[in-house]
Amino acid sequence: MRLSRSPLAIAAFLLAVPGLLISSGGDVFDTLTYSTPVILFVAAAVAMFTSVSIPSLVVVLVLVHVVAFCLIGLLHAMPQPPGPSIGYWCMVASSWLLAWFSVQNLAGLKLASPQAQRLVNLALPVLFGAWLLILWEIIVRGFGVPSILLPPPSMIAERISSSVPTLWADFQQTYLKAAIAGYAIGCGSGFLAAIIVDRVPFLRRGLLPIGNLVAALPVVGIAPIMVMWFGSYWESKAAVVVIMTFFPMLVNTVAGLAASGAMERDLMQTYGSSYGQTLLKLRLPAAMPFIFNALKINSTLALIGAIVAEFFGSPIVGMGFRISAEVGRMNVDMVWAEIFAAALAGSLSYGLITLVERAVTFWHPSYRT
Amino acid sequence: MTVVALRPKAQSMPNATPKNVIDVKDLSLVFQTNDGPVNALSNINLAVDGGEFVSFIGPSGCGKTTLLRVIADLEQPTSGAISVNGMTPSEARQKRAYGYVFQAAALYPWRTIGGNISLPLEVMGVPKAERASRIAKNLELVNLAGFEKKFPWQLSGGMQQRASIARALSFDPDMLLMDEPFGALDEIVRDHLNEQLLKLWAKTQKTVIFVTHSIPEAVFLSTKIVVMSPRPGRIHEIIDCNLGTERTLDIRETPEFLEIAHRVREGLRHGHSYDE
Repeated sequence: MRLSRSPLAIAAFLLAVPGLLISSGGDVFDTLTYSTPVILFVAAAVAMFTSVSIPSLVVVLVLVHVVAFCLIGLLHAMPQPPGPSIGYWCMVASSWLLAWFSVQNLAGLKLASPQAQRLVNLALPVLFGAWLLILWEIIVRGFGVPSILLPPPSMIAERISSSVPTLWADFQQTYLKAAIAGYAIGCGSGFLAAIIVDRVPFLRRGLLPIGNLVAALPVVGIAPIMVMWFGSYWESKAAVVVIMTFFPMLVNTVAGLAASGAMERDLMQTYGSSYGQTLLKLRLPAAMPFIFNALKINSTLALIGAIVAEFFGSPIVGMGFRISAEVGRMNVDMVWAEIFAAALAGSLSYGLITLVERAVTFWHPSYRT
Repeated sequence: MTVVALRPKAQSMPNATPKNVIDVKDLSLVFQTNDGPVNALSNINLAVDGGEFVSFIGPSGCGKTTLLRVIADLEQPTSGAISVNGMTPSEARQKRAYGYVFQAAALYPWRTIGGNISLPLEVMGVPKAERASRIAKNLELVNLAGFEKKFPWQLSGGMQQRASIARALSFDPDMLLMDEPFGALDEIVRDHLNEQLLKLWAKTQKTVIFVTHSIPEAVFLSTKIVVMSPRPGRIHEIIDCNLGTERTLDIRETPEFLEIAHRVREGLRHGHSYDE
């Protein structure tokens, strides 16, 4: 037998032993109470006494997730106060270290087949996210944190599944109407303004500083004014999003239009190329990395703008409205459900833009294959 | 418009019939910089016949690239006269009289090699079918057949520069203006491309203006070598150099070659001694 040299595995093993010996608290003694420390001990022993390989890592990972599942289950039998005792927390720390140990070794693996490598690349963020949720759940419930401060993920998940129609209506109002309309108008007008600014030199010196000023305006100041101008329905939120997204697109496109090299422009000149031809065939393609940069920045700005703008007057639907209303009613789990929906929508749209970007700017040194 | 643009020769020959393809008289160019005026070109007189291969050689700052850019209408002279194909450089550029090859290949990375060669043809409004046949023909000419679908960054530096030559030839201009096209390449690739360029020149009968700072390259390629010197940029000497049409790299060992190379070197040294 050979000792694993990883301090993570050693620490996990040393913490698994008290889990076996010390009671984890509570007054129910069933199979779960007895089997959890044993499974954890087996997992720690595998990590400690076998050499690092794919099979041993898979065994550790499977066992440690079974343990995590059992640990969450054990919480039911431990009323607050006093909650779980020291033996329980030793097991939590041990299983967390084991998960850390497996993820670290998984990330260090050099796999021959590209499919397996892709699977590992996908598994790493999933495991990270899973352990964030597991520890969140265990710590919040184990220490009896009031759900007003921080509800456990299970409570948020329950709320999400029970209020899908409300969440969907809010999402439609805030994202599909206000954010997308504002994003399209803001990015489109920023792009057109950039082309005009680039064509007319005095505008570059006159308009860009003023545009800069507009970009510095705080949303909380703009939003109530837009509500007064455009009413409390989604149009005023779209207007806020337009103001927020216009300037990043303007500045990035102007920079992008200047990005093509002198030699490439001279080349077009030697062909007797017109302004429009040079724009279409050289300057806009060269500007694409900059334009996509603005599209990505704006995709998150649009959602933030649309949500925050709803704080200043809106109909009784919308993500921002729901957040402010449910905070007032102390329904923090609903606030978290909306946060989850917003994060999901934001990351999905960001990911979609990134995919399009890769297809369009495949030639850029950062994407070349 | 398309046909006219693609056959500038047919357009300009009947009415103008210039004896000299390029005629430069007392041309000067002064750049205004923050450190005061710089005499980039001073009193340049030069005549180039059709079908010649003329090299501009000289140390950095002698104005050889600037003179080429004046011919290409990429710089404007301060005084003096210049005609290209019997027209002003601006008219000649609008009529697509020349193809320009830069120091770097300057291929657009979002276009394939074929797409890059198609670029000037698209600008000039050549129909699609015609474009395809010209791409194939010119890739063949620079020995790049089969690389049409590749992207520029997938090719070596020498292949990229050959593609840029194919691009300059694609619209069949009368003249090829080349600004140190092989300067960034290693000597073996450079020798090889010099030989290919010479064959290309013999095949296409185009007038070539070639900027270089390599004496062997200039002597090997040229029918006429223009030795230039700096501060102010001017022509020091024009050396005729005709080593026959059937040249191979071996010619560089012959006494005739070495003698001309010696004269060029002497000229460069003499022109240079001003600022020492």
